[in-house]
Amino acid sequence: MKESAVDLYKSLLEGDRRAAARLITMVENGDPESREVLRQLHRYSGKAHIIGLTGSPGSGKSTLARGLASHYRQEGLSVGIIAVDPTSAFTGGALLGDRIRMQELSADPGVFIRSMGSRGALGGLAVATNGVINILDAFGKDVIMVETVGAGQVEIEVVKFTHTCLVITMPGGGDEIQAIKAGILEIGDIFVVNKSDREGAPRTAADLEMMLETKPGYDGAAWKPPIISTVALEGEGVVELAAAINSHRQFLEESGKLEEKTIQRMKAEVREILSQKVGRAAEEALTSEGPGEELLRRMAAREIDPHTAADEIAGYLFKGTRD
Amino acid sequence: MERKIRVLLGKPGLDGHDRGILIVGHALRDAGMEVVYSGLKQTPEDLVEAALQEDVDVLVLSILSGAHLALIPRVMELLREREATDILVLLGGVIPPDDAGVMVREHGVAKVFGPGTDTRDIVAYISERKGSR
Ligand SMILES: Nc1nc2c(ncn2[C@@H]2O[C@H](COP(=O)(O)OP(=O)(O)OP(=O)(O)O)[C@@H](O)[C@H]2O)c(=O)[nH]1
Ligand SMILES: [Mg+2]
Repeated sequence: MKESAVDLYKSLLEGDRRAAARLITMVENGDPESREVLRQLHRYSGKAHIIGLTGSPGSGKSTLARGLASHYRQEGLSVGIIAVDPTSAFTGGALLGDRIRMQELSADPGVFIRSMGSRGALGGLAVATNGVINILDAFGKDVIMVETVGAGQVEIEVVKFTHTCLVITMPGGGDEIQAIKAGILEIGDIFVVNKSDREGAPRTAADLEMMLETKPGYDGAAWKPPIISTVALEGEGVVELAAAINSHRQFLEESGKLEEKTIQRMKAEVREILSQKVGRAAEEALTSEGPGEELLRRMAAREIDPHTAADEIAGYLFKGTRD
Repeated sequence: MERKIRVLLGKPGLDGHDRGILIVGHALRDAGMEVVYSGLKQTPEDLVEAALQEDVDVLVLSILSGAHLALIPRVMELLREREATDILVLLGGVIPPDDAGVMVREHGVAKVFGPGTDTRDIVAYISERKGSR
């Protein structure tokens, strides 16, 4: 490690918030030096309870995160919040506005909030977010919340393997529940009907319950996702929600599923890192320096077909890596 | 490795208008920057803490209330205390020309942009100062 990275790493373990912020930037940028830091930090992480918050835009994810954070602070727990907003595919820029709902937390040194742009790269977000989670975990945060809009595959991937995944809905015209894609129904450990001060909230909760009950495997499931009604703006239902999260944590610990979830999360991470590596190696093998060029020519001359060429390149890539 | 310029938009003080600063925010986003907005009525302490947690390259402040004489020196002092003077501080809103000079010379604000400023000028200024990060 370069001197600077070593310093940051030491400062982080001493509780320096700026060092944490700097390391997070390095991870987001895919800075090669951050990899060594993450390697060192890995053994200090694994203590935090990781909560995912996802759901339709404007459903109240950030407001709920603020409510939960205040609750945890009162219990003496420290909190990290990672708020992901979409990056514009056209410009690469992003407007990150989740902090607006978390103003009252900003004066509390026990809370660390970081806004992230999803930055396009498919799968890359999950890897970056996991890196940031691990930094905040090693930094000593007891609870880490990750907020993403439950719109796309990429965002869902991020919260899928948190310990407790909250799916946030709100009453609205009856279509709200229909808009929850099957994929998001699968990943929710707890469902929240926020904005329960609004008309139609009981209906939304009932619809949700019906959808969950008809979900395959629901009957035999050891954990039945509860539905919690909240008015995040007023802090109503936050205590009940925190209690449900607590029960879920207990369930995970007692059933051995906590380790299983951790393994799932790391498996997804390793898979993504691996496929990035293999993808890059494959690209290189196809350049003029790699063995691909000759094969491509033979393919064009109809001497071999693409599958044979791919097999040969795969053989070249993985030679010596097996047994 | 993909680096992005990160910017925090700040509204210190009590005026409740963020139209102007949001227009700047959109322009910066469209120029490929990551723009964090933390909302209205932020104290200098809130803003500096947010700037550090978000590890921004630039802090863009907008003040319409005339409170810049009290608020800006405090922001700059906190940045110095936290050894974060590498963060570029830009100021917009309603700042009389005489005060603008004081903000830059005495307090370390990088540049003051007046009300009619073309957002492209702000984008260009930030890109020039921080683009090579
Ligand atoms: N009536 C009502 N409004 C709420 C409640 N919770 C949040 N809101 C409001 O709903 C709006 C969106 O809240 P956020 O917390 O920003 O929602 P979000 O899901 O984080 O939004 P995005 O991150 O933009 O997807 C804000 O104006 C909140 O004040 C609630 O319980 N009742
Ligand atoms: Mg939000």
